[in-house]
Amino acid sequence: MELGRVLALAKKDLKKTIRETGALFMTLLFPLVMALAFGVAFRGIGSGEVSGLDIGVVSLEDPQDPWAIKFVEVIEATKVLWVKGYDSNETAQRDLSQGRLSAVIVIPGDFGEGCDSYSAFPSEPSLWMNTSIRLYLDSGSMMAAYTIPPTVNNALSVTIHGELPQAVPSPIHVESPSLVEARNLSSFDYMAPGLFPFAAIFLTMIVAQSFVYERQTGLLRRILVTPTTSAEFMLAQVLSNMVVALAQVALVFVGAFLVGYRPYVDPSVMAFSFLIVSTFSLCCIGFGLITATIAKSEGVATGISFLFIMPQMLLGTFVPMGGTQLGRIAAQLMPSHYVTDALTSLLLRGAPVTSPAILLDAVVVSIFGVVVLLVGILLFGRYGKS
Amino acid sequence: MAETAILIENLVKRFEDVTAIDGLSLEVEKGELFGLLGPNGAGKTTTINILCGLLEPTEGRAVVGGFEVSKEPESVKGLIGVCPQDTAVYPFLTGRENVELFGDLHAVPRESLRRKADELLEKMGLAEDANRQAGKYSGGMRRRINLVMGLVHDPEIAFLDEPTVGMDPQSRRAVWDFILELKAAGKTVILTTHYMEEAEELCDRVGVIDHGRLIALGTPAELKERHGAVDLEEVFIRLTGRRIREGA
Repeated sequence: MELGRVLALAKKDLKKTIRETGALFMTLLFPLVMALAFGVAFRGIGSGEVSGLDIGVVSLEDPQDPWAIKFVEVIEATKVLWVKGYDSNETAQRDLSQGRLSAVIVIPGDFGEGCDSYSAFPSEPSLWMNTSIRLYLDSGSMMAAYTIPPTVNNALSVTIHGELPQAVPSPIHVESPSLVEARNLSSFDYMAPGLFPFAAIFLTMIVAQSFVYERQTGLLRRILVTPTTSAEFMLAQVLSNMVVALAQVALVFVGAFLVGYRPYVDPSVMAFSFLIVSTFSLCCIGFGLITATIAKSEGVATGISFLFIMPQMLLGTFVPMGGTQLGRIAAQLMPSHYVTDALTSLLLRGAPVTSPAILLDAVVVSIFGVVVLLVGILLFGRYGKS
Repeated sequence: MAETAILIENLVKRFEDVTAIDGLSLEVEKGELFGLLGPNGAGKTTTINILCGLLEPTEGRAVVGGFEVSKEPESVKGLIGVCPQDTAVYPFLTGRENVELFGDLHAVPRESLRRKADELLEKMGLAEDANRQAGKYSGGMRRRINLVMGLVHDPEIAFLDEPTVGMDPQSRRAVWDFILELKAAGKTVILTTHYMEEAEELCDRVGVIDHGRLIALGTPAELKERHGAVDLEEVFIRLTGRRIREGA
């Protein structure tokens, strides 16, 4: 293996990417333009921006309990807080963390008992059933921090005493609010992880066109009469296309960042993103080689490459086509699906790189990459050179 | 006794029901400039492709530089330089980059590659345009760079497959001079052409191929004398009953 040959061929391929307008657009400009365009188009949709002050109420009390019902009605009557009922604290917390709510109130299971005990013995605190209401606030909203705790306290006082708070004790109090950091997620935040494999998918077409072009013009034969081995030639292809894939990841990050995308990113996440997309690029090179084996002209190569591109795109990136049962099953066969899945967990949910689910995705993508690339190399070596 | 550079024995190549080469036997000496003449479709390029290791012969054997091509193709590729019939250059690379790429593929050391590229580009009249992308070259310039790409690594044996097709007289003259320099440097050159005057001007010996068979072999002077012809074109007419450019 002569490294100089590999580097010379890889350099040649990278020069093609930079100097040929079509290749430059498809591999580098297209992902950047796409990230910018999608970001601008979808950044504002579903962003969960708070309109007024939405609060989630999780009642652990009996749904028929008159005190709990009254408490919620009093809150609603303020016209300041708009109540959304939740069955579980977990669901409410998720909406709070994603900026769909300004606060979450958890009514305890003994709320009614506490109110009853006060009602029966208003002047005998020793007979009261003491309990507390938990309150979670969006830490990023000053309006919520200033408005919600006193409003909830007032509503509690009105519920128990029938009037605004007096300097009288009560069996129920509102806990100091817990502050929850909220992220306002837009549609683009959900789409962005799928943009990374989406950009790399088009390497299939570029590789197929490139191989067919070299074969048609006699350049491949020309290389074959030099001492260059098949391994050196293929390694150069892999190297240059992995560099392109890395550039695509960087460009998608930059493009998305410019339109306000702020995922959970630390150096390990960045490194993993580059690694999994470049591993995925092996699949794309493999599919490109398979396409080049079948195709007799560049035009045919373009057409056939879409047989590989479209399913990957529709079932494995941001395009929401995997919603049906059949779609979900088919998506399992798409390497791009595992890339998107891993990047969604990392960038959207902030999962650590070492999560078993993410590592499993990486393993599956690696297996796909190696197998598809080997099949591509074997087929092209056997049937595609002439 | 002269050393043999190329030995072809009973070579046959069939493509399904077409026989492109039919029992060709030939020996080329080291340092010889050998012309392979014949009309289009006679089997010249197929012969070159077998000698380069691009095609497997159906029967027979070919030995280049002492290595049997079908058994030791990698050793053969280290000795040869090929200028293909159809111009094959990367249009997005400059002329110099095209030349240096093929030098790199032959593992020519960087410094001597630069020197050799400069020398050849100068000889072929391409020095001024060396840093322009080859896609913007004229047809003649592309053919000249095509030749330089095949010879930048200073090969012992050069296969030049119709290197002057479509060239203007001035470019053709430059290529002829260059080919003669190769011979003067002791290189073995196999030149395929259907320009009879080119073969007469350049070649030590010529082999005339028709329908995949060797129908005449000798120096241009011997062939003309043997067939009582004034030039090689007439030799071909005497042998086949038609002009060489009428095709096979």
